[in-house]
Amino acid sequence: MRNTWRMVSVGVAAAFVISACSSGSSSGGDDDNDVNSSASPTETTAATGATSATSATTGDATPGEAVPASGELFAFGFGYDTGDIIAQTRVDEFREANPDVDLTFSEGGFDSQGFLSALASDDPPDLVNVPRNELGTYVARGVLAPLDECIATHGVNMDDFYEGASSQVIVDGTVYALPEFYNSRIWIFNDAAFEEAGLDPETIDVSDWDALADASVALTRMEDGKVTRLGLDPKLPEFLPIWAHANGVDLISDDGLTAQLDDPAVAEALEYGNSLYEPAGGLTDFLDFRDTWDFFGPGNQYATDQLGGMPMEQWYLNVLAEASPDLEITVRALETRDGEPFTYADGNSWAVTTSAANPEAACAFAASMVSVDSWVAAAQARDDERAESGAPNTGVYTGNAVADEIIFNDIVDLSDQPVFEAAVEVVLDIQQYGFGTPPSPASAEFKAAWEEAANQVLNGEDAAQSLATAQAEAQDAIDSAER
Amino acid sequence: MSTTTKGKRSGFHLTSAQNRRLWITIFLAPWFIGFIIFLAGPMLWSLWLSLTNYDPLVPNTAFVGLDNYREAVADPKVQTSLFNTVFFAVIYVPGTLLSGLGLAMLLQGVGERSGGFFRTVFYVPNVAPAVAVGALFLLLLNGRDGLVNRGLEFIGIQGPSWLNDSRWIKPGIIAMMMWSVGTTVIIFYASLQNVPKQLYEAAAIDGATGWQRFRNVTLPMISGSIFFVLVINSIASLQLFTEVYAMFFGQQPSGAGSEAALFYVIYLFQQAFEFFNMGYASALAWLLFGVIGVITFIQVKTSKRWVYYEGE
Repeated sequence: MRNTWRMVSVGVAAAFVISACSSGSSSGGDDDNDVNSSASPTETTAATGATSATSATTGDATPGEAVPASGELFAFGFGYDTGDIIAQTRVDEFREANPDVDLTFSEGGFDSQGFLSALASDDPPDLVNVPRNELGTYVARGVLAPLDECIATHGVNMDDFYEGASSQVIVDGTVYALPEFYNSRIWIFNDAAFEEAGLDPETIDVSDWDALADASVALTRMEDGKVTRLGLDPKLPEFLPIWAHANGVDLISDDGLTAQLDDPAVAEALEYGNSLYEPAGGLTDFLDFRDTWDFFGPGNQYATDQLGGMPMEQWYLNVLAEASPDLEITVRALETRDGEPFTYADGNSWAVTTSAANPEAACAFAASMVSVDSWVAAAQARDDERAESGAPNTGVYTGNAVADEIIFNDIVDLSDQPVFEAAVEVVLDIQQYGFGTPPSPASAEFKAAWEEAANQVLNGEDAAQSLATAQAEAQDAIDSAER
Repeated sequence: MSTTTKGKRSGFHLTSAQNRRLWITIFLAPWFIGFIIFLAGPMLWSLWLSLTNYDPLVPNTAFVGLDNYREAVADPKVQTSLFNTVFFAVIYVPGTLLSGLGLAMLLQGVGERSGGFFRTVFYVPNVAPAVAVGALFLLLLNGRDGLVNRGLEFIGIQGPSWLNDSRWIKPGIIAMMMWSVGTTVIIFYASLQNVPKQLYEAAAIDGATGWQRFRNVTLPMISGSIFFVLVINSIASLQLFTEVYAMFFGQQPSGAGSEAALFYVIYLFQQAFEFFNMGYASALAWLLFGVIGVITFIQVKTSKRWVYYEGE
């Protein structure tokens, strides 16, 4: 009855509110990670691919402990239909171990509107592939079920996950989801541009903001009044959490309940990041030029010397390795102004809904999808695929540190790609220093508030004033959601 | 010999008028039922939701009276989005009227064969998916390499940053939406075809100039169509969503667009489906309904002064 009422209400409001507004956004980071990750042909564990998905969970799982699941299972927000081998291999692993499960998926990746409609329907999803940054919103509303029992049943060891990932799925000490991918950020520098500017990408002090600002000026190239190479792209507003963290403050408290946008260190970080646009003639010229880049193709900004460097998700290495395998780049870890390495991480996670008709199978599926064996099988399949096509492989970055260790020790072989081999080493070293946005009951409003403030500053408004307004809006939204 | 008793007819009998009314009712019933279920019912339900703090994911819903409306009136983002929307409508609606009428008159001037070709050309943009149009214009309006600025550069004009300069985002959106003026053109073209030729002939005999023929013959004769296009385009412009959302709020949100391209229905969508404030979003929807209602009412009232209906 409650579902029916919800369905009617959502449908009614939606029908009246707008007539043609299906957005269909998907979780781009993970998909990109998937699409572009691969593995080279090396030996792998003999057990890979042959182990039961339900028993082969992470860490110290006891094989055979969990009974194979059965019944119908509906998963929302997972792009199984994209044909990505990382997704399909893991699903196949689960199906092989659980042949009595009738598994179906929604179309496309996660989007809040679609999930809302799915929950309100008579056939709500059993589990959902939800971005970890948005998890808190659904936990606060009671949409997602605690996974303590699931974890115990399937022997999932939460210590196997990177802390930056697991901290995003735990609310008040309770686990609400299992981390899937782990998208961390690193600096990617263009060696040719640095050389031309008389700089060394290996030794530049990335914790020294004055040095970075000077480098941005030196790396910028102007011709006939137009920028032809951007120096350093701060990637604002989306990377504001990184700049703020480097300046000693996070945008929200660890418990996700207190916005910290009005901290002067945030304003300072925002103003500093904004200043990096100036050498190119300001934000507008900078963005106009950036919009012309062939970001995913062989004419990307590194291959065509259009950029000195930028912080970026690590999956972009896969893009570069495939599009421009002979590229000369240097990857460096992000550092705080105190010189401490860090990375900002996010990604999707698997959560079971409280309205699940088959929570046992949902739990089994979630555990299987993030298990070591499932990841290794997928990485091996991608490796085989790439070996056939001759494309290089920079690996699959999972939220499971144990899986990553096997993948990068036993499968990924970049010995004939020294540039990317060194880059991957930096990524793997930095994974342990990851932090993520803590789960907040008003994650969407919180993000919208700080993004809007950042945009206002980028467009010339006062940082302290904009962030103070954003602080009030974000805190109001958090307080309201918590109530 | 007949056994029928006078005045005692068996069975159900309808008079001719009753029979007519019955059939009218039967034929109207599908529309009426659909109206109740899909329009009137949802509207009333939405009106009720606008008086609550309804969140579709939270089981407890409380009656909050007019709080949502008070909040909306004080919400600076409502003011921003309403300003953006009205700004767009004020330029877009007259723009489509003038350009649509101009193109329709040009079409009328060309031969039937080439006229058919151009009618198709003008209408094709209207059958393109709105999201695809948005994506296309991200390329066309690029400040650095976009086709629009290249064209302007060709004639010696330095084009602006349509997508990243907050001052030029709304003009860029207007330019994009003007691209799909085809429907207006077709309506005006059909209307122009129906203007009696003898009126022009009589005006010519009386010595009327081209402008006088247009002012005193064409415009009055197609005023009904102008009124129709005015009302329809006004409503559509106040509900602008898909193209702008695809351009500035989709996978890669644009920095400058977050405020300059925040149209009313986009903000409403965010409240409803991103923040789950469905009660508040319903109030926003009713406010928009009110605004549209007032504007339409004014248009209808003033139309009596300038719209000519042949039958009247």
